[in-house]
Amino acid sequence: MSQWDRFAETFFNGAVMARYLPDIVAGFFVTVWLAVLVFLAGLALGLALALVRSLRVRPLNALIVLYVDLFRALPPLVIIVLLYFAMPNAGWSPSGFVATWLALTLVLSAFAEEIFWAGILAVPKGQWEAARSTGLGFAATLGWVVLPQAVRVTIPPLTNRTIAITKGTALGSVVAVSEILASAQTAVSFSFNPSPLMLGAAAYIVLFFPVVLFGRWVETRFAWKR
Amino acid sequence: MTREPPVLSIRGLRKSFGAVEVLRGIDLDVQPRELVFVIGPSGSGKSTLLRCCNRLEEPSNGSIHFDGTDILSPRTDINAVRRRIGMVFQNFNLYPHMTAAGNVMLALRQVLKKDRREAEAIAGEALARVGLADKRGAYPNELSGGQQQRVAIARALALEPKAVLFDEPTSALDPELVGSVLQVMRDLRQAGMTMVVVSHEMGFARAAADRVVFMDQGEIVEQGPPDTVFGAPRHARTRAFVEQIVRH
Ligand SMILES: Nc1ncnc2c1ncn2[C@@H]1O[C@H](COP(=O)(O)OP(=O)(O)OP(=O)(O)O)[C@@H](O)[C@H]1O
Ligand SMILES: [Mg+2]
Repeated sequence: MSQWDRFAETFFNGAVMARYLPDIVAGFFVTVWLAVLVFLAGLALGLALALVRSLRVRPLNALIVLYVDLFRALPPLVIIVLLYFAMPNAGWSPSGFVATWLALTLVLSAFAEEIFWAGILAVPKGQWEAARSTGLGFAATLGWVVLPQAVRVTIPPLTNRTIAITKGTALGSVVAVSEILASAQTAVSFSFNPSPLMLGAAAYIVLFFPVVLFGRWVETRFAWKR
Repeated sequence: MTREPPVLSIRGLRKSFGAVEVLRGIDLDVQPRELVFVIGPSGSGKSTLLRCCNRLEEPSNGSIHFDGTDILSPRTDINAVRRRIGMVFQNFNLYPHMTAAGNVMLALRQVLKKDRREAEAIAGEALARVGLADKRGAYPNELSGGQQQRVAIARALALEPKAVLFDEPTSALDPELVGSVLQVMRDLRQAGMTMVVVSHEMGFARAAADRVVFMDQGEIVEQGPPDTVFGAPRHARTRAFVEQIVRH
């Protein structure tokens, strides 16, 4: 047996792969579902916080800044573990899925708030003034004039951040969420062969590569000259 | 002949930014169809004065009545007043993500609640009025500075304001583009629009202004017909300023 054959036998073992493929596929859909939920809730919450911040109510803004700094400082894994293992003591026992989803949502919303807020600030004051001078109110100005411009500048950093944080779904493996990584690890321990990990890596590429490409496309699509 | 009430009536207007008093007691009446031209050195408070008139800047003291409405009263719906006072900015401030027509239509749709067809018709007329009927689908970055400023004027005119405030409308333009904007303003005046114009375009002032107001350090130093203020100013400060802009 050549060295290459041994390598292939170890890491790309067809029989093992075929056997555990259904588990990995199931994990794939758990990851997709989790990532989509984190993406939707995280961006929605981040945007909502940025909108509240644009009202510029001092005490409210201080709270938002505290929230944002806290969740940007804490490692997501720490938040997941806290929610999963500590919350039951406070009378709430989230499943691993819910704990992972909530932790990543909080982290994404914190980063997204900062990005949206920076985008809102980047819109020149003259845009507000032009709109207000025609009789538009605060909300209409924000919605029709400021946000559409703010969102454009936020798309590249938001895409990067969203990809980075949704990849954190793999952390769910620590709290028994059978997403891609957990499924692969389980398969490895049953088969004594690392091939399922290769399948897992492939699954991540299948999932995130299009997302990265989409991010690039959106970036060029929304770039415009001043 | 009975005198009409002024469109804009400013009394004892003061504005401070922190400890700095930028407007120090301004009294000014603007009559219907009058074109008042405001000049003065940089930092004299011209922009602040205009911006107080639609409360983009909150006055510290004094009173401002527009078309009979006390605009500083807490009971006044400021958005309702603002749509009757057009404002044109030095940097145009067009919405870059909307076409020329979109820029003009936004307030028609959102403030006056016109339906799409009506708003499009009004926008078309307003753009035609500033000579840009063929540019309705163009985005601001596809227009020259002069064209952008004319779209901004159309945006103000579409709401059928009682008066239009211009803050250095041609200062950001290349010299060869100034003429087209001034021509639109001349047409406006011809049509009887009440206008307050902050500008250094003396030729335009001489040709079109009813009255020139010279401001310095937050006060109105002198005012009168263009020929008097430019030709025979009474105050030394006015004379110094006028000489300086003539030389440029
Ligand atoms: N938002 C602000 N905060 C603090 N100071 C301000 C603010 N806006 C204007 N000022 C100050 O008020 C003074 C008058 O400003 P204003 O813009 O009204 O002058 P201006 O006559 O329009 O000058 P210019 O010809 O340069 O446009 C200036 O000293 C300026 O620095
Ligand atoms: Mg100014």
